[in-house]
Amino acid sequence: MGEMLPMDASFWIPLIWAGVLCLGLMLYVILDGFDLGIGILFPWGRNDEERDLMMNSIAPHWDGNETWLVLAGGGLFAAFPKAYGLLMTALYIPILFMLFALVFRGVAFEFRFKAERSRGVWDVAFNLGSVAAAFFQGVVLGAFIQGFEITDGRFTGNVMAWISPFSLMTGFALVCGYALLGACWLALKTDGDLQRWAFHAGQVLLFVVLAWIAMVSIATPFMSAEVARRWFSLPNLLWLMPVPILTAGVAWMLWRALRRQASRAPFVLTITLFALGAFGLAVSLWPYTVPRAYTLWETAAPPESQGFLLIGALPLLPLILGYTAYNYWVFRGKVRPGAGYH
Amino acid sequence: MSFDPVLLARLQFALTISFHILFPTLTIGLGLFLAIVEGLWLRTGRAVYLTLYRFWLRIFALSFGMGVVSGVVLSYQFGTNFARFSEATGNILGPLLGYEVLTAFFLEASFLGVMLFGMNRVPPRLHFAATCIVSVGTMISAFWILAASSWMHTPAGYRLVDGIFYVERWVDVIFNPSFFYRFPHMLLASFLTTSLVVAGISAWHLQDIRTAAVARPAFSLATLALAVLAPLQIVMGDLHGLQVQRDQPMKVAAMEGLWETTAGAPLLLFAWPDAARERNHFEVAIPNMASILLQHDPDGIVRGLKDIPAADRPVVPVVFFSFRIMVGLGFWFLALGALGLLLRWRGTLYGNRPYALACVLSAPLGFVATLAGWIVTETGRQPWIVQGLMRTSEAISDVPARAIVTTLSLFFAVYGTLLLAYLYYLSKLVRQGPDAALAEPADHEPRRTAWM
Repeated sequence: MGEMLPMDASFWIPLIWAGVLCLGLMLYVILDGFDLGIGILFPWGRNDEERDLMMNSIAPHWDGNETWLVLAGGGLFAAFPKAYGLLMTALYIPILFMLFALVFRGVAFEFRFKAERSRGVWDVAFNLGSVAAAFFQGVVLGAFIQGFEITDGRFTGNVMAWISPFSLMTGFALVCGYALLGACWLALKTDGDLQRWAFHAGQVLLFVVLAWIAMVSIATPFMSAEVARRWFSLPNLLWLMPVPILTAGVAWMLWRALRRQASRAPFVLTITLFALGAFGLAVSLWPYTVPRAYTLWETAAPPESQGFLLIGALPLLPLILGYTAYNYWVFRGKVRPGAGYH
Repeated sequence: MSFDPVLLARLQFALTISFHILFPTLTIGLGLFLAIVEGLWLRTGRAVYLTLYRFWLRIFALSFGMGVVSGVVLSYQFGTNFARFSEATGNILGPLLGYEVLTAFFLEASFLGVMLFGMNRVPPRLHFAATCIVSVGTMISAFWILAASSWMHTPAGYRLVDGIFYVERWVDVIFNPSFFYRFPHMLLASFLTTSLVVAGISAWHLQDIRTAAVARPAFSLATLALAVLAPLQIVMGDLHGLQVQRDQPMKVAAMEGLWETTAGAPLLLFAWPDAARERNHFEVAIPNMASILLQHDPDGIVRGLKDIPAADRPVVPVVFFSFRIMVGLGFWFLALGALGLLLRWRGTLYGNRPYALACVLSAPLGFVATLAGWIVTETGRQPWIVQGLMRTSEAISDVPARAIVTTLSLFFAVYGTLLLAYLYYLSKLVRQGPDAALAEPADHEPRRTAWM
């Protein structure tokens, strides 16, 4: 199979894979972001009915949403095995803590509706699990931006090297970001009191999130001279200028949409905000899979491996997006009280 | 105190994967069972099938949820605990797991939503299609993971350069020599485990007049499945054993507790293998039987453990006893299936209390047999992680032992809690019985609102 591929396959296929994985990760952040966000906002549900509504709005979707995280893990293993091994070693603690958190919030979906006296326990598990999962994802992102200590192809840093003011900052930022997504999802899927509350929460969260975005954006160039050069050297500056301007514009539109209580626009605009943030990060991190140590080409599996999976992924991913959309279409509209748990 | 990071990493992986496999083992079979029950409902229109479907759907949902959360952990654990292994085999195993995500996980997850919550939102036939898709998805998932696992036992289609595996031919990688044995063996294990769970819980419900009518068709189906699947599994196991004898003779030697290469090797019903003295204590044996089973020749030569240095041998007692547990249970399932046929023929299948009690007590035994089987096959491969090519001790991550101790303790605490909670809610569902599922708040009028 390998010899049939074009000569420059070892250049293009890793690049395509990097794109596929970035898109997959982006979809994960948006999709699981809003459902983790519901978990983060859960304590603000005023009574069992409101909390039921919040949970029922995501119950048919959370499993599919989380599968994008499995794709990110599996895809990294398949396409960039060296990066997968090094990153999982360097990020051992925060990755496992994130997984513990996801376990707790995931089982809460089933346990909570079967519990009577112990329902409160699973409310807490769902909330804390969602907060912790979001936080450790943010920490992983922060540690990734900072880069890793790699010597002769092995991780030689400390097992706790991921802790830094910066990674804690990105951790808190992501919790707030997911909460904003969650609030906008509630605005989309509910009405009445809960929806009104979601608009209000969205406005507060928007300011908090913008503050975090500003801080992370300012801090990132200080992480490395290379990043600073990339953003502030001359031709680049002009090309990249639209990013902060667009961000400001989208934030303003989002503010307006929340004020006028539009049900769909806030969700779409928040996703746009996340996409702009992701683009900014991509500019800063390009072309590393293990920042400051290895590029995507240096960690790529050979074309016969990457190509084999790509041949399947190219038709399968649109199919997956298709039936994922069908899943959302089946459960379209506002979620109703008592909305049939199985 | 100092810990061995290799042992810790192995323990953590063994714990997380053993915990995980419990749930897919059930949901692979239960998915098929639900598809059959819903199909029967669509065909006959009898309400009893719908009640049955709703009841088992709740157990399916509970178990599937556990499988999902413990499965996400695994997709990262290759890297967190076996980074060197991931780097060495990523070119081969990565795409197989990638295909599992792309062809199975998304399919299951998306249609599970429709299956669990969509009964009033999509037409019955479409809902049935969703059930079938989820069921097929679970089997596709098993296909890829068994291909990956089998490759570690009987690697094929690869080229090994500087400690990194490269693919030569994908067909050989996927359909490696043990795949065709291990994939059906696992599917049958899953179907058997589910039959035992359904038979056991239905036997319980048969004893109560309010639930007996609904439990009857399930009990009938499950005991019939048991009678068909148990002998099939024994034949499959025998074929698999012959293949292991060919490809991993030392695993078979450990399974048989055979130290010396022997012509006309005995079958040990019981023994206490002593690795230090390289011999067994308290042997109870059937002469020549191992040779008959493994070579289909009473004087066939079976290789013994002493053929290879002690450092290359698996831990014999673990393999030896797990194997006996698995096989012993297999024959118990055969007896249970045969007894069910007998009672059915005499027309007393639903009324025989001792048989019902035996079914209730046997409900969890499929899990025990499946785990025992996995322990045989995985510990029987040691000290290799890729048979004959890469040692487990060379495969772990550069993570200090104390970090693994921390996460391993957490895994014990978290999974222990979850297992207890799962069993508690499961028993609650079982005690509520199938009627409770009918007493759902009626929610029949279609709720068609404008798009979002």
